Amino acid sequence: MTDLAPVLILGGRSDIGLAIAHRFARAGHPIVLAARNAETLKDEQNDIAVRYNVTVALTEFDALNTAQMPDFVGQLDPFPKIIVSVIGTMGDQSAGEKDLDAAAQVMRANYEGPALIVGLFAQRLAETGNGTIIGISSVAGDRGRATNYIYGSAKAGFTAYLSGLRNRLADKGVHVITVKPGFVATQMTANMDLPQALTAAPTEVAEKVFQATQSRRNIIYVRPIWWLIMRIICAIPESIFKKLSL
Amino acid sequence: MTRTTDIMGWGRYPRKPGQMVRPRTETEIRAHVAQNGIIARGNGRAYGDSAIGSASTLDMRAMNRMISFDDTHGQLVAEAGVLLGDVIDAFLPRGWFPFVTPGTKFVSLGGAIAADVHGKNHHCDGSFGAFVNWIDVMDAAGHVTRASRFENTDLFAWTIGGMGLTGVILRAAIRLRPVETAWIQQNSLVAPNLTAAIQTIENTQAATYSVAWIDCLAKGKNLGRSIIMLGEHATLSDLPAERRDHPFSTPQRKKKTFPFDAPTACLNKATVKLFNALYWRKGKQSTGTSLVDWDSYFYPLDAILKWNRLYGRAGFVQFQCVLPLDQSEAGLTAILTETAAAGQGSFLAVLKRFGVQDSKLSFPTEGYTLALDFPANAKTLALLDRLDAITLDHGGRFYLAKDARLAAATLHKSDPRMSDLRQMRLKSGLDRQFSSAQSERLLL
Repeated sequence: MTDLAPVLILGGRSDIGLAIAHRFARAGHPIVLAARNAETLKDEQNDIAVRYNVTVALTEFDALNTAQMPDFVGQLDPFPKIIVSVIGTMGDQSAGEKDLDAAAQVMRANYEGPALIVGLFAQRLAETGNGTIIGISSVAGDRGRATNYIYGSAKAGFTAYLSGLRNRLADKGVHVITVKPGFVATQMTANMDLPQALTAAPTEVAEKVFQATQSRRNIIYVRPIWWLIMRIICAIPESIFKKLSL
Repeated sequence: MTRTTDIMGWGRYPRKPGQMVRPRTETEIRAHVAQNGIIARGNGRAYGDSAIGSASTLDMRAMNRMISFDDTHGQLVAEAGVLLGDVIDAFLPRGWFPFVTPGTKFVSLGGAIAADVHGKNHHCDGSFGAFVNWIDVMDAAGHVTRASRFENTDLFAWTIGGMGLTGVILRAAIRLRPVETAWIQQNSLVAPNLTAAIQTIENTQAATYSVAWIDCLAKGKNLGRSIIMLGEHATLSDLPAERRDHPFSTPQRKKKTFPFDAPTACLNKATVKLFNALYWRKGKQSTGTSLVDWDSYFYPLDAILKWNRLYGRAGFVQFQCVLPLDQSEAGLTAILTETAAAGQGSFLAVLKRFGVQDSKLSFPTEGYTLALDFPANAKTLALLDRLDAITLDHGGRFYLAKDARLAAATLHKSDPRMSDLRQMRLKSGLDRQFSSAQSERLLL
């Protein structure tokens, strides 16, 4: 087998991150899972290695510890060619409305952390002239809504950052993919009552991400219906939108 | 995470509201097992109420990590929630296949062990349990015991086929079979009636895989007419030259999902009769040998996800018994006559010869097993009571993984081992700790 590009999953503990790791490993890619307390991911590491006969490494990474990021990127060996950021947290909207720290935490985890780290990788990949950066953003970033605008605004920032990065790197051989999953059935959403037809399984997200990487897509909605829903939501005039509860 | 929901088996009958928890680690399981009336559940492929906890149900599907693989002996160690289909996905490309597989790949390892499932090769290789090297079982105190044929042998014997009633199977070591290709050399034979079918099956015992489809609506001289399907793992030299370079790649089957609950009216005597007649004609025309990919051969129904919706919201029930060899023909004749007379033919009537089986609780025993499915309704339940009586008269016994409605007295009369299981559970307190709707109904 030819040596396939190592894939780094930033946020390797999340259901979506693990599903993406499985999908790339199935195709034969070596995997690096980056997360806080990475050593507790040993069972998952083992699982992927046994199933797909690929090497799987664990590495410590904290998306809020921006000072450590240059060292983190520097110590990676082999250096990954496909970088997937699954970093993020839903947070508690109502807590964030009253508590600055809670709001800042959500903003940092969904914008500052992921944007800075993929920015560092973009720099390195641009030097070698190839590679793929995949950012898991959110449909919540397409338009701010009362129920989750703290999270949504941070995701909007990340979406814009990825868009700019794609523009900058387009002629440098580095491809940037923005993923907007819509609802996904994960640990994070386990207690929410989500409509089945709009809710994807983590494996579905992973499959779409894998295909988008192969076919070099730019922006993907995991279930196409979400593209339509968001077009409609974005088309509603602000004077009406502000009175709706969505 | 805990939620209250309607819990049901693959047959979607019965449904019971209950609490379902989905642990992700051994520690999380330990936090749950202390409560009484709990049962572990795999991928929900038992047909009836085997995996509906009497107080709470432990959904093991997140415990689905593989742990190690030894490619000299083909031993896989994995958590109980790993599906057989995951095992095939991971290891068939490397030349390994499960030694024993039931008719669906969507069963968990834990479920396969708890029901000690069988496949088309039972007459040659025995049941799933024969290829389990060891299991780790958690008791109600949260203590984990490794059990095998060499250590904690009692626990091992009670757990293989023990329907989860001895504790929670956490992980297992199973042996896989080396194969040269992902293809099966299939040979189909036609038998015009039951006597001929049994004769043909007896004469082809050397085949690794053997199973028959019975037209259960045929009456009189056609009673028991069957298509017998034999199979062998194809070797490299069995493949056409152009496939030999990629012996493990098979065409991807299109998956379809049965989109809705069929209205009850769709499934009536006429449609079942039509289906059976068409299947018979198609089978008769396609006799002889052919090369079939593993997925189509072992799992024809898996291609239609959620096929259980075919029976509508009311659900369906399976009847599966095994009759000892010397009683097989008489018993099967009586069962098929009763079924055909009731006009309650089933879409899928499967006949299979079991080989000898020597285990504490498992369903198989040397003889013939027949599986039928029917829409769940009052008429069916009355028919099944009559089929139970015929089975008892012929010294047969029943498959708990399929059962949703058997009476405790019938089960205990058919199978004295079940009373041993109950005694053991009463003595050790397991009866209060681990119980399902089924174990309560059947007094296990």
